[in-house]
Amino acid sequence: MKTTNHTLNVHSIESFGTHDGPGIRMVVFLQGCKLKCLYCHNPDTIDTQGGSEYEIEDLVQRAIRMKSYFGKNGGVTVSGGEPMLQAKNLITFFKRLKEEGIHTNIDTNGRILNHPVKELLDNYADLVMLDIKHMTEEGYQKITGVKNKETTFQFAKYRETSGKKMWLRYVLIPEITNTPELLHALGNYFKNYKHIEQIELQPYHKLGIHKWEALGWEYELKNARENTEEELQQAAHILSNYFQKVKIN
Amino acid sequence: MKTIDHQPELDNTVVSVKEFVYKNIQPYHGDYSFLVGPSSKTQKLWDICKKAMQEERQNNGIRAIDTKTISGIANFKAGYIDKENETIVGLQTDELLKRAMKPFGGYKVVVKALQEHGLEPSRDIQNLFTKYVKTHNDGVFDAYNAEIKKYRSLGFLTGLPDNYARGRVIGDYRRVALFGIDKLIADKKADLENITGPMCDATIRLREEVAEQIKALKDMVLMGNHYSLDLTRPAQNAREAVQWTYMAYLAAVKEQDGAAMSLGNVSTFLDIFIEKDLNDGLITEEEAQEYIDQFVMKLRMVRHLRMAAYDEIFAGDPTWVTEAIGGMLNDGRSKVTKTAFRFLHTLYNLGPSPEPNITVLWSPLLPENFKKFCAKVAIDTSSIQFENDDLMRISRGSDDYGIACCVSYQEIGKQIQFFGARTNLAKTLLLAINGGKCENTGTLMVEGIEPCDPDEYLDFEKVMYNFKIAMRHVAGVYNDAMNIIHYMHDKYYYEKAQMALIDTNPHVNIAYGIAGLSIVADSLSAIKYAKVKPIRNDEGLTVDFEIEGDFPKYGNDDDRVDVFAKNAVRDFNNELKKLPVYKNAEPTMSVLTITSNVVYGKKTGATPDGRKKGVPFAPGANPMHGRDTNGALASLNSVAKIDYNDSQDGISNTFSIIPKSLGANEKDRVDNLVATLTGYFNNGAQHLNVNVLDKETLLDAMEHPENHPQLTLRVSGYAVNFIRLTKEQQLEVITRSFHKSM
Repeated sequence: MKTTNHTLNVHSIESFGTHDGPGIRMVVFLQGCKLKCLYCHNPDTIDTQGGSEYEIEDLVQRAIRMKSYFGKNGGVTVSGGEPMLQAKNLITFFKRLKEEGIHTNIDTNGRILNHPVKELLDNYADLVMLDIKHMTEEGYQKITGVKNKETTFQFAKYRETSGKKMWLRYVLIPEITNTPELLHALGNYFKNYKHIEQIELQPYHKLGIHKWEALGWEYELKNARENTEEELQQAAHILSNYFQKVKIN
Repeated sequence: MKTIDHQPELDNTVVSVKEFVYKNIQPYHGDYSFLVGPSSKTQKLWDICKKAMQEERQNNGIRAIDTKTISGIANFKAGYIDKENETIVGLQTDELLKRAMKPFGGYKVVVKALQEHGLEPSRDIQNLFTKYVKTHNDGVFDAYNAEIKKYRSLGFLTGLPDNYARGRVIGDYRRVALFGIDKLIADKKADLENITGPMCDATIRLREEVAEQIKALKDMVLMGNHYSLDLTRPAQNAREAVQWTYMAYLAAVKEQDGAAMSLGNVSTFLDIFIEKDLNDGLITEEEAQEYIDQFVMKLRMVRHLRMAAYDEIFAGDPTWVTEAIGGMLNDGRSKVTKTAFRFLHTLYNLGPSPEPNITVLWSPLLPENFKKFCAKVAIDTSSIQFENDDLMRISRGSDDYGIACCVSYQEIGKQIQFFGARTNLAKTLLLAINGGKCENTGTLMVEGIEPCDPDEYLDFEKVMYNFKIAMRHVAGVYNDAMNIIHYMHDKYYYEKAQMALIDTNPHVNIAYGIAGLSIVADSLSAIKYAKVKPIRNDEGLTVDFEIEGDFPKYGNDDDRVDVFAKNAVRDFNNELKKLPVYKNAEPTMSVLTITSNVVYGKKTGATPDGRKKGVPFAPGANPMHGRDTNGALASLNSVAKIDYNDSQDGISNTFSIIPKSLGANEKDRVDNLVATLTGYFNNGAQHLNVNVLDKETLLDAMEHPENHPQLTLRVSGYAVNFIRLTKEQQLEVITRSFHKSM
């Protein structure tokens, strides 16, 4: 679906997001993503041809009606899909949210770092949640289907240099991403970053499988298993050596 | 007049409970760390109660019934759970969980209830009630006309208190503790003397009522004597304050079996006595908690004799011992005391429970520690509900109020309420589409409604026009029924014990209600925004609807449809307000269903929103299951749009969420629930039930009830013990929307 400069291509809206940034958040899931992560739990947001066109001002008005629930911490999160594919129009959206005094947050894979993205990062996004897929090039390609993990790291560096808040997110899959070596590599890479408030560990779960089946796609991670409580705690423990706050989401 | 000579430091020159509270309250801003566990006495008693409740469940819901005694204030001798461990004494009958007959509301339902357990009333009682004594139920049916009976039997009006006691009157039970009964009798005698001629209907009636109240007060003294308590004088310490207050309440539930028998707001009052004794070193925190635990335990043991059919509208054997906790005083101080915490803490000391129906009066100005504790209790127990204190206190006027039944404001000791169940607004809408005929039977209910063209798509303007005619007519029949019911209830089953503890000649609100609001809103939306074609049978009655295209649905914060819900409430309320009411009561209305949303659904044909015949309604003002697709806050916002001024008896909403969706850990969950409540009430909403549990827990409880004896769940305006619901009701609860973020 095409968008004009005053619309966004939206997959869905969750008015009570409690896992997508601080406090209670209205989460706008945008349609379209260039990656196809093996564990994606919203595979129906991947196709850039889907979604519905929402007037940005309509979304702003919805957010205003949620404002009384946001309290000191909450606000609006754009997730997806990959929100940065619509960065130019997100500027308009976030600009309006800032005018209304609403906290803004972007959940991104950090693959795009063009001019509009930079403007968004510099001026309008109070928080960025950057998804770190894998610490090796091979692992990154296997999970996402695309090459060059370095782009995400460049994105991280850009945000860090701007001196603004960032959270990292990392999906924990036993053996695939949850190994001591990989976790230490992750910690070592970011240990000198000063603006990472916390890292969120997202335990892998299979709740999205039925959506893959509904799309007629094969779910390649079928044999992966979910983490035990012990594995989760162990991962959190390792990362707590490197980050000021580790949260299991 | 007796002085309160036992309270030298407390200001005792008061003329009212409210003044006493104002002068002596000690608001508490701290956290819950001072709370203590149950005493060993409490634990011993509770073990006995748990065993007795298990016997009750195993014995088809009844442990014992007395078939020889008509229950009354002083008609049973003392009863105990285990006397030596009871700090607070008193049971409704002479034995734990033994139920008593209260036949003045309706003798037939008592006989039916007994028959269902293979029993019958004693010969003497049979003789009396078949030959000599007339009941409320007899009176109502003498006066009902054919039209009211038709509306009642076809399900347009359901749950009317015409064969059972109306309830909802809250006595000011604190008065017995503060003043002692001698003073209360003296005051009522003075009132009686001052009710002078001319002796018209109203004056004669009032004189008779006050005379009855005086008799009730004398009976309360007798009841106290059975337990060796001297209720003629004021309470002299904390234990007595709790005991006296409970005795006053006990008198009410011995005499009446009203659908809802609220307690009021006693925690702040009792705290004054408790704090004094604690400060004077007379008691410890453990004893203070013991008084409250044992008081609450007694409230949990209140039972009424009900027939099985009653369960369809009021499932789970509820008693609605509603206690309002928290809220603000009009002078800006908070009413939260340590005893507010102690009441909530009973849900840990004794485990979760539907009764007493603990209702937190929420204001953004409440102490932060209290808000967090309430959120924690809601998350841990799913046993409490929340109501908007600022909204009710400011628009209704008093800061000394309780919650009558489920959700309704009632100023304590100054006002009462005439309960009126509800009308089925979804069926009323179907009248508009079926030429004024009942969709199930073809019976003509409303004259003057043009039938819609059978082959056409429904025309919005035409349906709206007809709907308004139907609402006007239904309101008239409803009002007629209510006037008859309350006239007769006063005449044959007057609440003399409760009324003795209320100012003479109080203000009366009449509490009308509606069900099916979300169906009406979605149906009107479908007719306006999609194309709806009725499928009709040979008689021309609608049996189903074909919908072409999509339409906005109530529960998504979408004004296009939410306005239909808001306006339907306003319009029906306005129709009711035009009508004359018995005792010049002030009309109010609620959007509340109890559990009757299931039986309402059964009695209602297919509706234009796509709901099939017989499918349950959503409870209260909730959106229909599964149609709120934008998450919990959008759903809450839709409900918040209904104007409280159009529905002052209450707008019930039930919010169910799985723990994980409320937040990743306990701290997040507490913070998010506090923020949710703050936001919802800031947006002008009135009531919220909060359930935090997994659907899997409920499914497991269906299969293995023995593992979940205390699993509690909020339904419309009250809470139920989940395993005491029928299978059908359990399934209905499970299919409701459990908010789950993606």
